[in-house]
Amino acid sequence: MGLLDTLKKIEPDKKESPFLHTLYDGFFTFAFAPNSVAKGGTHIKDGIDLKRTMVLVVLAMQLCYLFGSINIGHQHFAALGLYPGFVQGLHLKLAYGLVKLIPIFAVTHLVGLGIEFWYAAKKGHAIEEGFLVSGALIPLIMPPDIPLLWLGMAVAFAVIIGKEAFGGTGMNILNVALLARVFIFFAYPTTISGDEVWVAGLEKPEAGALADYGTIFTGFFNPLFESLGFTSLFNPEATVIDGYTAATPLSLAYQGGWENVTRVYSESQMWWGGIPGSIGETSKPLILAGAAILIATGIASWRIMLSMFVGAAVMAMLLNVWDATPFMSVPWYYQFWMGSFFFAMAFMATDPVTAASTNRGKIIYGFLIGFVGMIIRVLNPAYPEGWMLAILFMNVFAPLIDHYVLEANMTRRMNRANA
Amino acid sequence: MKNNTLYTFLVALFLFSSNNAFAADSASGSSILNIGMWAVAILIIFFLIIQVSDNLIRIEGKEAGLDANQQAGLSLFPSFSKLFSAKKPEYIKEGAFYALKAGHNIVLEGEAEKVIKQSNATTFAVQPQNFVGISPIPKVTVAVGDEVKAGDVVCFDKKRPDIKYVAPVSGEVIAVNRGAKRSIKEVVILADKEINYKALPKLDLENASREALVNHLLETGGWTMIRQRPFGIVPDVADVPKGVFISTFDSAPLAPDLNFVVEGKGAAFQKGLDVLRMLTDGEVHLGLDARGGDAPSTVFTGATGVKKHWFHGKHPVGNVGIQIHHIAPIAGNDKVWTLGVQEVITIGKIFAEGKFDASRVIAVTGAETTAPAYVDTYLGANVGSLVGEVKENVRLVSGDVLSGQEKTKEEFLDFSDDQITTIKEGNEYEMFGWLAPMDARPSVSQTFLSGLADVTYEANTNTHGEKRAFVVTGQYEKVLPMDIFPQHLMKAILVNDFERMEGLGINELLEEDIALCEFACTSKQPLQKILREGLETMREQA
Repeated sequence: MGLLDTLKKIEPDKKESPFLHTLYDGFFTFAFAPNSVAKGGTHIKDGIDLKRTMVLVVLAMQLCYLFGSINIGHQHFAALGLYPGFVQGLHLKLAYGLVKLIPIFAVTHLVGLGIEFWYAAKKGHAIEEGFLVSGALIPLIMPPDIPLLWLGMAVAFAVIIGKEAFGGTGMNILNVALLARVFIFFAYPTTISGDEVWVAGLEKPEAGALADYGTIFTGFFNPLFESLGFTSLFNPEATVIDGYTAATPLSLAYQGGWENVTRVYSESQMWWGGIPGSIGETSKPLILAGAAILIATGIASWRIMLSMFVGAAVMAMLLNVWDATPFMSVPWYYQFWMGSFFFAMAFMATDPVTAASTNRGKIIYGFLIGFVGMIIRVLNPAYPEGWMLAILFMNVFAPLIDHYVLEANMTRRMNRANA
Repeated sequence: MKNNTLYTFLVALFLFSSNNAFAADSASGSSILNIGMWAVAILIIFFLIIQVSDNLIRIEGKEAGLDANQQAGLSLFPSFSKLFSAKKPEYIKEGAFYALKAGHNIVLEGEAEKVIKQSNATTFAVQPQNFVGISPIPKVTVAVGDEVKAGDVVCFDKKRPDIKYVAPVSGEVIAVNRGAKRSIKEVVILADKEINYKALPKLDLENASREALVNHLLETGGWTMIRQRPFGIVPDVADVPKGVFISTFDSAPLAPDLNFVVEGKGAAFQKGLDVLRMLTDGEVHLGLDARGGDAPSTVFTGATGVKKHWFHGKHPVGNVGIQIHHIAPIAGNDKVWTLGVQEVITIGKIFAEGKFDASRVIAVTGAETTAPAYVDTYLGANVGSLVGEVKENVRLVSGDVLSGQEKTKEEFLDFSDDQITTIKEGNEYEMFGWLAPMDARPSVSQTFLSGLADVTYEANTNTHGEKRAFVVTGQYEKVLPMDIFPQHLMKAILVNDFERMEGLGINELLEEDIALCEFACTSKQPLQKILREGLETMREQA
């Protein structure tokens, strides 16, 4: 255990430099499970802890990360009319995607973890693992061309106002990742709800616009790929092709129903995720794979996922029956082909802190998210997608749902006493 | 209930009629969907009609005086639990059968072999702190050097002087040890080779009044064998219990097999049950083990004058608290008594043999025990002499690993414990231990591959993580087969909300019931400690 001794030697003093000590403690407990033993209660403890729980959620979304980074590049080249197959020019797409994704990831964690560490040091408790998941989720729900300054502000807002103001991990009322998203949504409404930001590297998605490559592509990646023997390189002369639209399926559906969507995107394209959108939410099978991991390990509640699906399906069916606008007439099952329903279901609604905490409450909570989210998506012209608002809305109502579930339990007990 | 159903019905009717109106407006409404919706609506209406009649039948049943269990049998719908629950074993001839779903069995190494060894314990102790709510410094009536007989009074609480705490063995009092703040920790007796019993007066059970019976138990020390719920205290003399509950099996990790323990003690057990039946207005309830393929011991199955209830499920199904919850939950100001099997035998022997015989068969278990086996000894035996040689860095636990107490070799077995567990201390750092553990460890979560296989674990005392705020939900409910919300109850205790504590069922719980939740807790919260604090506030309020 040479490493352990070395690490123990460099431990900063807790009184003299509390921030450094908190930082050290955070990384040390990450590397080494502590040697604390059970005192006063059970003598053995379950092998699971919050770190393991949180990291499993992060692992479950890794497929989305992989797909997302390629898809950023794929959408970019699709606008230029290049490499139409998903795996064509994979090296370029991956390089392009990573150059976009890594700064987003870095800024999210720098800001978010920085604030977490600072609060932990200030309050004198250990660093809590909550931001592991929030920090992994935030990049996935951002458009690839999000300005980093906005992102930093959004993360700071979400962590300070959304979480630390309430007392840190486990105490927050609203989902932290969604709070970051909603900050950008309401602070920059014209940009985020338009078509511009969803495809990376284009100032305007209009025909003839130049691909916007910096020196990192022309000066670093091009020579690198050349030396590796690739013939396809970043071409700074490339322009956006005629008739290109960066519109998302949802805005197409709003304008002209399902036919309008399928004119631009094929069903399989939407299902597998080769469409513009936020970084990690487009590929349905990979999200469902993540959801399967979460359900199999019992980390996320299948009750919420199932009831949310049912809620959305029921509302979509009702809208089908109503059938007053082109969007309402989209067959209810195709509603799941578009937008970020599955991502919201698997990773957002199931956050245990902000969801309802009783089993019965979870079913009601999930159902209402699905129900309300579909209403917002289809009926409200201002918001292209409903899940973010529906989840935040139900986050606020989750304690109320729990309250009535608990009241019912208390009433049962009271009736027993009176009987 | 009826109002609710009616309301749902009206809302559904409204919804469907309005949908149809809209559908009629639009020419493009798909007819298949429309027909489908109608079909669903008709199904829902049928369901509602059946639901209403089902409720009416239940109300009739209630008015006819059927209890909750029988009412459930009247339902038109087969309940889910009936459809999917475990099959009732063949050997159950009488009594209700309960199949509980929630729970988790922790399988550890070091199960006791089914042989009874003679113990070489020579010192025994009465430990006042074993009794919840006793004053820190009770009146000790013996002095160091005194000779006592088994059944002689050793101490009593000045608040409740009627309740006498007696010596489990005969011998010489060699020490009165004090703990924190000069409280009496233990009165130690060096046992004689041959135990001398104090001659107890005879009591004619047939004609004795309840009062005489209670007095007899108080004088002989039998009263201290009984625990009263809520709170787990030695019962007040004035209280008459609503019922007496005895669990005849223990589902805790490495717990002794009580069928083996009671071999040849059937008569004393039956006598104890007879006495207890005279002390309650209600019934004596026996919780029987329906988990195995074989019927439990005939001592239990053949017991007479008691109501039998069969339980199938995982730990904590053997806890009497869980069984009470399913048989007749504690409600309002109810008081019920609980006893362990060996305590019943001790009470039985007071009446059958006229002596206070506190002999106990103890299971010495755990991966660090050289030869795990049963030991024949007396109540409050010295821990060190029961376990024998112990390696360095091993923890001795009086009781099971979930709700037992840590002991040193010099200390003594707790009053109600019939088990000692040895377990390795886990005071080591482990690189990435939270992510990729070196050895298999027990877990309720499904995040470890070893959970898929039948692994017998060699657990240690490492906490496997640090304490955090409550984050994960639904975890406790998975391992507590009761209609209780443990996490919300814990939060109510932490904010000292009496009404909520009582409403959420704190009175139905003791530490042992919640221990598995504490084991499973991702946030490593000390639930047993929190619960005890809550129980103490409730007791002060009462």
